[in-house]
Amino acid sequence: MNWLFRLFRSSIGCKGIMALTGIALFGFVIAHLSGNLLIFGGPDAMNAYAVSLRELGPLLWVMRLGLLATVLVHIGAAMRLTRQNTDARPVPYVRRQNVASTAASRSMMMTGLTVAAYTVFHLAHLTWGFILHDFATAVDDQGRHDVYYMVVKGFQQWWMVFLYVVAMVILAVHLRHGISSFFQTLGFNHPRWNPILEKSGIGVATLIFLGYVSIPATVFFGLVGLDGGGS
Amino acid sequence: MDFKLHVWRQKDRNSEGRMLSTKVEGISPDTSFLEMLDILNQRLIEEGDEPIAFDNDCREGICGMCSLVINGVPHGPERGVTACQLHMRSFQSGQDIYIEPWRAKAFPVVRDLSVDRGSFDRIMAAGGFASVRTGGAPDANAVPIAKEQADLAFDAAACIGCGACVASCKNASAMLFVGAKVSQFLHLPQGEPERKRRVLKMVDQMDEEGFGNCTNTYDCEGVCPKEIKVRVIAEMNREYLRASLSHDET
Ligand code: HEM
Ligand code: FES
Repeated sequence: MNWLFRLFRSSIGCKGIMALTGIALFGFVIAHLSGNLLIFGGPDAMNAYAVSLRELGPLLWVMRLGLLATVLVHIGAAMRLTRQNTDARPVPYVRRQNVASTAASRSMMMTGLTVAAYTVFHLAHLTWGFILHDFATAVDDQGRHDVYYMVVKGFQQWWMVFLYVVAMVILAVHLRHGISSFFQTLGFNHPRWNPILEKSGIGVATLIFLGYVSIPATVFFGLVGLDGGGS
Repeated sequence: MDFKLHVWRQKDRNSEGRMLSTKVEGISPDTSFLEMLDILNQRLIEEGDEPIAFDNDCREGICGMCSLVINGVPHGPERGVTACQLHMRSFQSGQDIYIEPWRAKAFPVVRDLSVDRGSFDRIMAAGGFASVRTGGAPDANAVPIAKEQADLAFDAAACIGCGACVASCKNASAMLFVGAKVSQFLHLPQGEPERKRRVLKMVDQMDEEGFGNCTNTYDCEGVCPKEIKVRVIAEMNREYLRASLSHDET
């Protein structure tokens, strides 16, 4: 097992862990989006989906804990690498100019931590029901937790829409660098593929942004509402 | 041409340094950057001051000794050249020019603009070589090597070990340098016997020296005077992960 510890402690091994946990979180982001888009299927589709998730029972807890562990490892590795990076230049430059790097690539720690803070807020809003509590307790005519109502009511508040849109911009910026970084970190780099990977990083991040933002946007502008709109 | 220079002055490893400003006047546009410093140093000596210490040797872009961060960019504003190949015509007369040493924990300042790059030597000593038996030299063409592979090895071997990659990186990471030194053997049959051991030892030494970690920002590729590509970092990552998972030594 010595070799495994040595790998984890090394710069490249730690970066590899960032890449693997990062891509796992990316997988979650895609899966979560595909579930959320059921809101366009109307209250019944949305609430039935929520029930089916809860019916997973212990499996749901395995998934939740797995996801939590992935996030913690991703953040832990980020902290470790970042501390080494700041230690590596004790005396800063008086003048320093960026030559080739993008702003997205330079701000991964900032965007990542913002996504983490947003995630806590998001859970407090829609999972724990701490924020806008009154909307979180409704029950539909079949006696199910009315997730559709909770979401629609939430996104009829302008400040809520604003917060979600800003958070999604930041997530997209994180993924814009993260997706192409994943390949480089794990050793895939080829002149034929590099421009394609770079563009797909931007493309996929944009699609994720549009997908997530479509929900608060359509609710806010009344395209999806409580009177069966959208169903 | 006239310039207002702001130069890092530091007496020795243990002293605090600071930027000092001075004017240079009547410089020809065809003066090289290092010659401009020579002219300034001559004046400082005549005035009884300490000349500015800076590293240099070949002054033709092949030895990797010159190491100046000029207005925030290692080797200055021109792409694909070392500081010794830079000329004052690349600047505007009357301009402020900031000159600083490479800044990294693994490159301690020896004096003024001169830094100790022994950390690079120790990385090379850890594994940056191919062991050969002594004896009669083999026929140069006896080992076939595909042209494409030879080109990849040669592109990596163009690295002169100056350390501009470390100096430019926001994390002071040495991964472009170490990547180049791994890649130059990776594409050649002579590198094969020590392939896994080499990358493991070099990366471990790199970590030990206190360089930062690559975050794929690629400023290094932008400042490298030999235009080494970040593909060598991907190759090093791949080789290191592969060697870690499969090497036979303990
Ligand atoms: C929760 C808080 C998060 C923090 C603090 C964080 C921080 C970071 C940092 C510092 C990096 C390294 C960047 C680099 O090497 O340039 C990174 C990479 C990455 N992150 Fe995150 N991140 C977070 C959340 C996420 C989420 C939610 C996802 C996916 C949806 C994600 C996906 C990625 C990917 C794919 C990478 C690229 C890995 C690589 O370097 O190859 N991250 N993250
Ligand atoms: S002095 Fe030799 S490369 Fe500049």
